[in-house]
Amino acid sequence: MILDRLARGVDDRLRLSPITRKALAKVFPDHWSFMLGEIALYSFIALILTGVYLTFFFEASSADRVYHGSYAPLDGSTTSAAYASTVRLSWDVRAGLLIRQTHHWAAVVFVAAIVVHLIRIFFTGAFRKPRELNWLVGVTMLTLALANGFTGYSMPDDLLSGMGLRIIVSVVESIPVVGAWLAFLALGGEFPSDEMIPRLFVSHVLLVPAVLVALISVHLAMVVRQKHSQFPGPGRTEHNVVGSRFWPSYTLRSLALFAWVVAVLFALGGLVQINPVWLYGPFSPAEATSPAQPDWYVTWGDGALRLFPAWELRIGGYLVPSPFIPGVVIGGVTFLALYAWPFLERLRTRDRRQHHLLDRPRDHPVRMGVGVAALTFYAVLVVAAGDDIIARLLRVSVYDVLSVLRVVVLVLPLLTGTLAFLLARALSHGDAARLGELTRADLAKARDVHRPPAGHRARKTAEVDEPERPARDRPGERIELWPEGEVWRWRYRDAPGGVAILGNRAASTEQEAASAAQLAYPGVDRVVVPGPPARPPGKVRAVLRRGANAAMGVSLLVAALRQRRARRSGSDRPGEPPR
Amino acid sequence: MTPAPPGVNRRIVCSFLVSAAGATGFAVTYGLGGQTQWEGVCLAVAFAGLASGLAIWGRRLVPTGGYVEEHEGLTPPLGEQAMAGDALAAPDSPIRRRGLLGALALALTALGAAALFPLRSLLPWDRTRPVEALKDTPWRPGVRLVTADGRPLRPADVPTGTVVAVFPEGDLDAGDAPAFAVRLQPERFTRPPAGGHLDGLVVHSLLCTHAGCPVRLYLHGTGRVLCPCHQSSFDLFAGAEPVAGPAARPLPGLPIEVGPDGFLRATADFTAPPGAGFWSRP
Repeated sequence: MILDRLARGVDDRLRLSPITRKALAKVFPDHWSFMLGEIALYSFIALILTGVYLTFFFEASSADRVYHGSYAPLDGSTTSAAYASTVRLSWDVRAGLLIRQTHHWAAVVFVAAIVVHLIRIFFTGAFRKPRELNWLVGVTMLTLALANGFTGYSMPDDLLSGMGLRIIVSVVESIPVVGAWLAFLALGGEFPSDEMIPRLFVSHVLLVPAVLVALISVHLAMVVRQKHSQFPGPGRTEHNVVGSRFWPSYTLRSLALFAWVVAVLFALGGLVQINPVWLYGPFSPAEATSPAQPDWYVTWGDGALRLFPAWELRIGGYLVPSPFIPGVVIGGVTFLALYAWPFLERLRTRDRRQHHLLDRPRDHPVRMGVGVAALTFYAVLVVAAGDDIIARLLRVSVYDVLSVLRVVVLVLPLLTGTLAFLLARALSHGDAARLGELTRADLAKARDVHRPPAGHRARKTAEVDEPERPARDRPGERIELWPEGEVWRWRYRDAPGGVAILGNRAASTEQEAASAAQLAYPGVDRVVVPGPPARPPGKVRAVLRRGANAAMGVSLLVAALRQRRARRSGSDRPGEPPR
Repeated sequence: MTPAPPGVNRRIVCSFLVSAAGATGFAVTYGLGGQTQWEGVCLAVAFAGLASGLAIWGRRLVPTGGYVEEHEGLTPPLGEQAMAGDALAAPDSPIRRRGLLGALALALTALGAAALFPLRSLLPWDRTRPVEALKDTPWRPGVRLVTADGRPLRPADVPTGTVVAVFPEGDLDAGDAPAFAVRLQPERFTRPPAGGHLDGLVVHSLLCTHAGCPVRLYLHGTGRVLCPCHQSSFDLFAGAEPVAGPAARPLPGLPIEVGPDGFLRATADFTAPPGAGFWSRP
């Protein structure tokens, strides 16, 4: 009652009900792959919540501090305040270790979710017009996530992360002309400087998160404005979104996903040790630990540094050290290629139409080939970052592992890329529906096709600016409108296909309902029907009906048995008179 | 409200009860002194209970799928773009005054460029030039070699068969100064060490010339040191030249002598800037 009045009061002043009505009815497509970005978002929320807790106990300073606490091996030793406070946070602050490990795991999951989300967007062509802008925002967030992961990892001033930071500084110093200046601008001195940890801290907890929050808002606002893309399917067109509504379905499901993500993060944070800095010891410029691997999302860079040969060049007496190409060029090219991909692809396909229906990965063999080749390349780099561990496991020389990987990193991407290209082409041109159904004939055909089928290209060059209108050749399709009390509702129905999809919200007039239906299904005939048609059984109804059927079956069975028994008992007792 | 299918309500309520139990468990664990694993499990159970209850609710009690929302497309309505453009470029619109705009752009550019200048304050406050800082280390003639705990070193303190990390006296924390002393058989030298040797006692920079990690792994007997970061290895018998891995330059040597007090001391800085390379490295 009070809530009701409060809501009315707010609405009278802000007039929110029209927006709310539309927002609550917003339709999200039902496919698991649309949840990957949400996992990233929820990890980010977990990162902020756990991170704020950590800031109360972490001391971002390289000043000397004597650690006194329950971790006996370090008790009484003098380390940097950053390291001492991290050990105290882990050992002496209640729930501190849980929160710290959960924070670290959340960072690991955050970047992983972003990368998988990016892979989904890439292979389904979701970055095409009109979503190129959001792709750029997303790639920027990936770089920021990597940067923030690295700064967070380096702040505790432990030996392992100190070595990692030194490597990054060396990579920055390798940049021609400005490298040393950039490194000094960032650190305020030669590595390891006193300004280093406070600066890492400010960028980790303030600068980058603030930019990330802003970009996440832009990212989501653009999704709301442009609406979701969707996979092709019955009743789905370039002019609609088919799925479940935000309220109540996705509200519950999204909250559930948030809680799942947090549950998994806390389980990891509580049970799986990560970054035990007290075992690594405090950073000292003369010490090293072995084996030394960074967090997974930096390993591709580390692997590249390990694989790249000892090539240095001198330009007019100046030095370009060997980390420049694997460290700066490969990283730079990676992100440039990511930023440029939507535009490169458009340059090639000359496709300027808007797309709201997604590709299946097979629909675009070149994209498939390039994507798989790139993923293979980075996967080999990640493996290369563990070359010393592989060598130890296989009991071979680390340099033999290195030699093999140097060949593999160049050859394997070509092989997998070509294979993926051919398979995608065989699938898109042949009759096989799935990978397992491919025949040798399909593959042979894929190898021989040297250009995309005529229809493909022709359809793309025609009507450049107009969104694609699907051919309406299904005679069974129609739009049904009906009044329901004060409001009008509509639904799309494809009787031969057995499809019925309800309009997501009520309209105040028949006109309004008709125009919504007209937008979603251009060119489909409309009819006004007298009343609400019998709804197709939803899951709940199906269960109910199944239950009712089962109950009816059981009761029939029971009745039959009882009747039979009654008849038999009747015939068994000859003394009684027959009825 | 459609009646819930049998059992669904019970499952949701159970999930939320499990969640409450998990939360209580966390509070109790914390109150009893805290235990990381239990805390993690309790919180995980609390959130998993919440998640499972909400998920069942979302899947079983509310309609899922089967809705369509129209997409009005993102191509602007006919004429809208032109009207917006006209509104922007009305006769007395600021964007028509090109001259003023030019002056405004000049002012803003100047302001933006001026705003970049304070960034310079992020450089070292003592105004050392990066290149000089990278080239110079605290080693200079007469600086004694000390161990990690600050003890000066006599030649006899360097054992055969292992390496000893050495630092310039008074500068134990300098990032570019760490070096190591090792005793080798002089007859096995294939190339004289850059910093010279005292009866096989040589001192080299500890920092890998690839990416600056300390080359702390000494492969006993082979006279090689290995960097644990990217596996560069250096042959100490051959002037500490890199023999494998991504490093391309030898480890700089440190020229040493025995001082009048019997302790080892440097006679100069490293024979080359230590650690990773940079543009103006000689």
